[in-house]
Amino acid sequence: MAPPGTAPEKPDRTPDSKEGGLGLDSASQDAGLDCERLLSLFRCMVRIRAFEEHAHKEFLKGEMPGFLHLYSGEEAIAAGVMDTLEDDDYIVTSHRGHGHLLARGSDPKRMFAELFGRVDGYCRGKGGSMHIADMSRGFLGANGIVGAAVNIGTGAAFAAKYRGEKRVSVSFFGDASTNRGTFHEALNLAAIWELPAVYVCENNFYGSANYQSDYMKLKDIADRAASYGFPGVVVDGNDVLAVRAAAVEAVTRARSGGGPTLIECKTWRHWGHFIGDMARYRDPAEHEAWLKRDPIPSFKAKLLAWGVASENELAQIEEAAEAEMDEAVAYGKASPFPPVSELTAGVYKEDRP
Amino acid sequence: MRTLSYMQAIAEALILEMRRDPHIYIAGEDVGKFGGAFGVTGPVFKEFGPTRVLDTPISETAIIGHAVGAAAAGLRPVVEILFMDFLPIATDELCNQAAKIHYMFGGQVSCPLVVRTAIGAGMGAAAHHSQSLEAWVCHIPGLKTVAPATPADAKGLLISAIRDDNPVVFLEHKMLYATKGEVPEGDYTIPLGKAEIKQEGKDVTLICYSAMVRQCLAAGALLEKDGIGAEVLDLRTLVPLDKEAILSSVAKTGRAVIVHEACRTGGFGGEIAAVIAEEGFATLKAPVKRVCGPDTPVPFSPVLEAEFIVSAPKIAEAAKSLL
Repeated sequence: MAPPGTAPEKPDRTPDSKEGGLGLDSASQDAGLDCERLLSLFRCMVRIRAFEEHAHKEFLKGEMPGFLHLYSGEEAIAAGVMDTLEDDDYIVTSHRGHGHLLARGSDPKRMFAELFGRVDGYCRGKGGSMHIADMSRGFLGANGIVGAAVNIGTGAAFAAKYRGEKRVSVSFFGDASTNRGTFHEALNLAAIWELPAVYVCENNFYGSANYQSDYMKLKDIADRAASYGFPGVVVDGNDVLAVRAAAVEAVTRARSGGGPTLIECKTWRHWGHFIGDMARYRDPAEHEAWLKRDPIPSFKAKLLAWGVASENELAQIEEAAEAEMDEAVAYGKASPFPPVSELTAGVYKEDRP
Repeated sequence: MRTLSYMQAIAEALILEMRRDPHIYIAGEDVGKFGGAFGVTGPVFKEFGPTRVLDTPISETAIIGHAVGAAAAGLRPVVEILFMDFLPIATDELCNQAAKIHYMFGGQVSCPLVVRTAIGAGMGAAAHHSQSLEAWVCHIPGLKTVAPATPADAKGLLISAIRDDNPVVFLEHKMLYATKGEVPEGDYTIPLGKAEIKQEGKDVTLICYSAMVRQCLAAGALLEKDGIGAEVLDLRTLVPLDKEAILSSVAKTGRAVIVHEACRTGGFGGEIAAVIAEEGFATLKAPVKRVCGPDTPVPFSPVLEAEFIVSAPKIAEAAKSLL
């Protein structure tokens, strides 16, 4: 604490500093992935970014109702983790969930229809951005309540174990949600029941407008795993291959009966907590430093350096994603609004034949 | 017919259903080895063991929250929240998650979940172990609420609740656990949303549920001495509510006394009174009366607790005031 009467020193929270630093060697391990796999990780991140940029634009035009929480900047986490899963695994996420859905293979057309509140959306327009779900891909939903998804993800892991299946359940959540009691209750239950669960904390350092050190004394959220008696690891969440490597280990452990893992991915959201939040609470220097760590250009540089693809080939992937999302936005907007009768339909299962 | 206690009837329903469907499991605090805080799940654990009757930590959000995920992933959890006073700890899990996922996900997923929980005063358990909070639950669309009064109803309604594809809150009054009654053998269901006339009468309808059904029957006996015929209508289910049964009984008697143990203000009785006012006003010969718990916490001292709980003489007095 600064002595009374003196101005407090401004903390340096840039990624290489003591307070904001990752404390990580973020050089990617050579995962031995073939070119096609590497390109699919790149494509996944690029598609998420394009989706979010399109959503941002539509929101600012006033065409999209409600709240919008963008995933831009955190793409490496969804891409890296989802690449390690099987088709029948379960996923839950927070209200910043577009990236997870896209990485899981959901259709951006139906996603945009949902974000526009239209009948062709995944939830018939009744969920919106914060409650989007795709059961056909084991995606048990985004969630509007901070810290609620971990219990649900834990329950899906229990269902897999109860039935004797080899499925795993991955829960994505933010740093600040780990202060909810639900985080403690869920992870403790998963520990004692030895569930096939993977907990992925996307630590973008801000819980809404508050910096991590303002709301917890821990530097590494992964340390919380120790109190449940299972492993916790920290990775550079802007390095898709580092995330992927950690996920491979955690998913393998879960699938083989070794119980849960907590993976903390240090990352950065490019925008405010929601669109409309100008994030003035962030130090511009800190923000600029993190933008230099944008997961997409850094991975692109690696792909070029490794000779995985040419500039032209990577540009084609980016252009294709743009075109795909243009089309998805158009589809979403062309979809009709639900009939008014939909208001009272489906409160209970039997309401709908 | 053989006689079972309310508690045995609940255990029998659980056992029969778990034999029928392997997707059903039980989870809660002390439901396993200890046999349940009130002893309800002891026989179930004995038959099915710890893989299907799971002890949990004291973690109400995880008990209901994990069950939402398990239900969405295809299981049919029956979880226990020891006392309804603890249910608010998991309000998000019940009211924001379980109740809403079917609707907000556009029908992609259902949540076949039963939350069993003990309600009611009478044991000297005081302010944190005695409440009847059914009105809170009834306010949330997407949940169903069941409150049986007899062993036979408890069994048939619990089987229906377990087979229902929606989240159901199943309220067991702790002062009823030891009460006995005739219970049919084997598999039978009582549909959710069907009230039952427990005693016919022509002069006044006593509308009640859970433990208050016994008090109303006792009140009916008191009224009979004065030549007043009380009809005791046991709602059995609060959501869905059997409006037709309420309105047709009130149309017959022209008088309604609504009875619940829960506190008066914001209680479910207000909803019943509103239904009568909106749809049955013309049939009334007298104002609708409520006989409810006072707007206080449940006190510890036996003298005060006894005063808190609605008694048969109070019900009878209210009924007489309408004649």
